[in-house]
Amino acid sequence: MSSLRVKVDYLARVEGEGALDIRVHNGEIAELKLKIYEPPRFFEGFLVGRKYDEVPGIVSRICGICPASHQLTAIQAIEDAFGIKVSSQTRDLRKLLALSQWIQSHSLHIYMLALPDFLGYESVLTMAADHLPAVQRALKLKRLGNDLTALIGGREVHPVTATVNGFTSLPSKKDLKAIAERLEEARPDALETVKLCASLELPDFSWEAEHVALRSEEGYAINEGRLVSTEGLNIAPWEYRNHIKERHIPHSNALHSYIEGRGSFLVGPLARVNLNYERLSPGAQEAARAVGVNFPDFNPFRGIVARSLELYHSIEESLAIIDRLELAQEDTSYAVRAGQGFAITEAPRGSLYHSYKINEHGIIEKADIVSPTAHNVHNIEEDLRRFVPQVLDLSEEEATLKCETVIRNYDPCISCSAHFLKMRVVRE
Amino acid sequence: MTDKPRVAIYKMSSCAGCQLEFLNLEPVLLDVVGAVELSYFVMARRQNAPGPYDIGFVEGAITCGEEIEKLKRARQECRVLVALGSCACFGGLPSIKNWIPERVVESRVYQNLEVIESTKAYGIDEYVKVDAYLKGCPVDKGELVEFIKGALLGISPHLRPHSVCVECKLRENVCLFVSQGEPCLGAVTTAGCGALCPSRGKVCDGCRGPANDANAESLARSFTEYGLHKSDVIRKFRKFAGLTPEFSKGAEAV
Repeated sequence: MSSLRVKVDYLARVEGEGALDIRVHNGEIAELKLKIYEPPRFFEGFLVGRKYDEVPGIVSRICGICPASHQLTAIQAIEDAFGIKVSSQTRDLRKLLALSQWIQSHSLHIYMLALPDFLGYESVLTMAADHLPAVQRALKLKRLGNDLTALIGGREVHPVTATVNGFTSLPSKKDLKAIAERLEEARPDALETVKLCASLELPDFSWEAEHVALRSEEGYAINEGRLVSTEGLNIAPWEYRNHIKERHIPHSNALHSYIEGRGSFLVGPLARVNLNYERLSPGAQEAARAVGVNFPDFNPFRGIVARSLELYHSIEESLAIIDRLELAQEDTSYAVRAGQGFAITEAPRGSLYHSYKINEHGIIEKADIVSPTAHNVHNIEEDLRRFVPQVLDLSEEEATLKCETVIRNYDPCISCSAHFLKMRVVRE
Repeated sequence: MTDKPRVAIYKMSSCAGCQLEFLNLEPVLLDVVGAVELSYFVMARRQNAPGPYDIGFVEGAITCGEEIEKLKRARQECRVLVALGSCACFGGLPSIKNWIPERVVESRVYQNLEVIESTKAYGIDEYVKVDAYLKGCPVDKGELVEFIKGALLGISPHLRPHSVCVECKLRENVCLFVSQGEPCLGAVTTAGCGALCPSRGKVCDGCRGPANDANAESLARSFTEYGLHKSDVIRKFRKFAGLTPEFSKGAEAV
């Protein structure tokens, strides 16, 4: 078949509102558009004039799935502007908060958003009838991540305790011990998840896109480090805008992120595992060996396997952090000063950039936020461009599902990314 | 076919956190999907059944003409229409932009304003009749389950009309405002969160909107007596529910 029409008006099982339109004529792609019709909410616009200490609570509302990432990135950017160095306890608690969100978000994506594609169901709701134990495992893991977020952050969606230079309240040792027991018990569930993801029959589809992730001096980077890539990028957060640019593509509503002098790039679990494999927890590396997966791997469909390894890693590293936490009340005072601050963290879906310009009264003068999905949109289209020739012989229905799966590989979070997109609502 | 009530979940301008709260009902999620049919839930399923529906939950503020049309269709196809979370109830955080000239706020984010079709951000009752309001940013899971149970039993859910202060006292918290002078909105904000923020050492941000009989003007004046600048008081009230008459009065009192 040399002609194909893929048209998905509402992308399902992704966060936010997007559509896909592909037209192939005589074997050539005539049109390929990943449309984002999520309306912009103008966070960067209305943050101007707000006070710095409101920012973590406001940016949290960019995304209901990764609120802690937006908060932590904003807080670290503000601290960078104020010249604050936080305590090791605060760094540990923040890492725990970020890891808890990886556990929640990764189990949500693996089981509820991605797996139905590979097992042949339209949703986890219908999948539950035939795969109840797997769904129950998913619910248990996701609840564990949520409970850990709530313990550290006060609430799972839009946590409240993380603040500039510390936390407004600390968890009790008793509660930490109780959740550590549950984390310990979750190891077999996480291992089962790795096995399940590694056993999936994934399309054979690889191309060497540039993979980008944070890398830190020690440990598997999540809240700090330099932004590095498989093509040699190696920059500090403050250098971000010198290297990562956005451009308006004529046939797309989206501004596309690209690396100056090169092109699109991929962020997220697969990029992180590719760049930091040897920093994964010992158990996660052992799990990878046990199921026979090797990295680096440039097949974007392997994202689900990388995500499952990070799930295991998150559980193991959370246990290590809880084990070393002393939990002392600390002095969290600091001085407000004018300046500009930058931070990059690894949200569940990949690298997240925040930057603020703050005046001497602590009022925001400029905000610049680029979410993981904003980084990925360009690369998703590049994947689709290369993938479509593989599905030309399939029925329109099957081809559509396959193309949707290419998008869901990225676990896109469209609400997060909408603010940077040129909006035009086009529904044919 | 099933005789379970058919539920639809609509997304407007939002972060998806309120609809995520359905999936965050992990311990009872399988019970919930056993009791109601989640017929239209795009974030969770690929095959979404057309209306009519018994209950429609609308998440998000209304910020463009497309959404007004979508909302009106939702109203037509749902017997009961629920505002899910503070964006749908009062415009939520996106409504902060309503006090900045539209083109100014847009130009801070975009260069080509021709393609931007954004309007002021409103709650859904600006455009359609709403049968119930589940407040909060995000919506409280306990209230969500209470509402679903009530709908199944045909009884009114017990949604709290009093202030966060009442719940805070019940939890025996030390008052952040009285004892430490921290500007807390708990006295004028609807309860139902269990005084979540003050219990964790953080002042109430007013995310659940005004409580019954809220005297925001008096609280605003107290804030200035405690040394808050006028602009800080205005920012506090023009945040999650700045369009409500009560919080408007608070912002205008100083």
